[in-house]
Amino acid sequence: MRLGFGPIPTPAQIDRAHAVVRVLLAASALLFVLVTSARAQEPPYFVTYSSALEEPGNLEVSFKGTTGSPKNGNTFTGGALEFEYGVKAWWTTEFYLDGQSTRNDSTLLTGFRWENRFRPLMREHWINPVLYVEYENLNQASRSILEVTGHQSQADYAIPNQFARAEIEREMELKLILSSNFKGWNLSENFITEKDINESEPWEFGYAIGVSRPLSLLASKRNCTFCRENFSAGAEAYGGLGDTNGFGWKQTSQYLGPTVQFNIPKGPTLFFSPQFGLNANSVPVLYRFSVSYEVQQIGSWFKRKQ
Amino acid sequence: MMRMTKTKVDRQARQFRAAVLACALIGCMALADGSWLKKVPADYHSRTNPYAGQADAIAGGGKLFADHCAKCHGADALGTGKKPSLRSDRVQREATEGDIFWLLKNGNLGKGMPTWSSIPEPSRWEIVAYVRSLGLADAAAGANSGEEKKQ
Repeated sequence: MRLGFGPIPTPAQIDRAHAVVRVLLAASALLFVLVTSARAQEPPYFVTYSSALEEPGNLEVSFKGTTGSPKNGNTFTGGALEFEYGVKAWWTTEFYLDGQSTRNDSTLLTGFRWENRFRPLMREHWINPVLYVEYENLNQASRSILEVTGHQSQADYAIPNQFARAEIEREMELKLILSSNFKGWNLSENFITEKDINESEPWEFGYAIGVSRPLSLLASKRNCTFCRENFSAGAEAYGGLGDTNGFGWKQTSQYLGPTVQFNIPKGPTLFFSPQFGLNANSVPVLYRFSVSYEVQQIGSWFKRKQ
Repeated sequence: MMRMTKTKVDRQARQFRAAVLACALIGCMALADGSWLKKVPADYHSRTNPYAGQADAIAGGGKLFADHCAKCHGADALGTGKKPSLRSDRVQREATEGDIFWLLKNGNLGKGMPTWSSIPEPSRWEIVAYVRSLGLADAAAGANSGEEKKQ
């Protein structure tokens, strides 16, 4: 991975970034408080995508956090504020704002992503493909780790923010998502490829695999918060596969960990996962957490009542 | 001569547009909700609900319905806007339980109905049990009007 050195941000720029982050968090909190919600269909994965798309007209707002301590680096917490909207039953679009905070360093916005997922087959099959196209404009200070591609390693997360933020990557990312649902289990596999569209860097590759199941396949008759039907558990593995100049999974990072999801009835959905680095290139442990709220039929808010 | 030809061409163009419009309208009507019923495979059509009529399953299905279905189809399942009623003759009488189960699994993506395949199969049967327990809207309206008359 190449690192460029650019101008160090001024205090005014840093203050502005902090203000933007505060406004976004406040707006999200307000939205969480004001709206009614419902549980989403998604399995408890952080990196892996399943074939579940957002229901048309629904907006899911979520915050995905990742914290870790790279060797020879400061503890970081990366965050992505995500707005996911179901355009059609076969098309979901998603916008992310990405930021991070590093202990003994700084807090900053690191860029944005815009992704679209399309379901080409109109019926359910044993294996359900979904096509994923994403444009991302992120600087290298991003710590959300929403995927691992190429030769990413923990050394990348030890670079001080003032240098990492100067290297901006504009990338196209394509994924082939394959997902199966059988007897309550979900098995999803993602094949990832990524290319910097500004520079003559090679195509980078990665993968993600997830398996999960709700703790209960039946909904109970009574209203309950901590009953099994509100929990899902599973495991997730992901990592890089090198690039066109050097394919393979050794010179890159690999992670594996259990995941758990808790749907609070009429409230948000919480996710948690400790994910363990499987080789020396990986951060020893990443703790991931997420909170998401689904706002149903937000489009109807703007339609005239008949 | 030229003028007559132009008028004739205009008339033919109008007739052609009207014919296309009529065909499109008929096509849309034919494809309007209910067309999914013809797509259901025979093995699904004949499936029966293992939880049919069970009070616990209906209550559980009611919770799932409130979570996933009510916003589009209405809390009373009578439909909202363009989203169809689930208490119609089509859903309550024409369709078998297997047909509704198939629709929940596959959705009708072209018409805005998502797939619910990530909901486990037993839970989907609970939703079917709940929807069927609601009965026809006319019957409900009739019962209500009867109540009103009594009062």
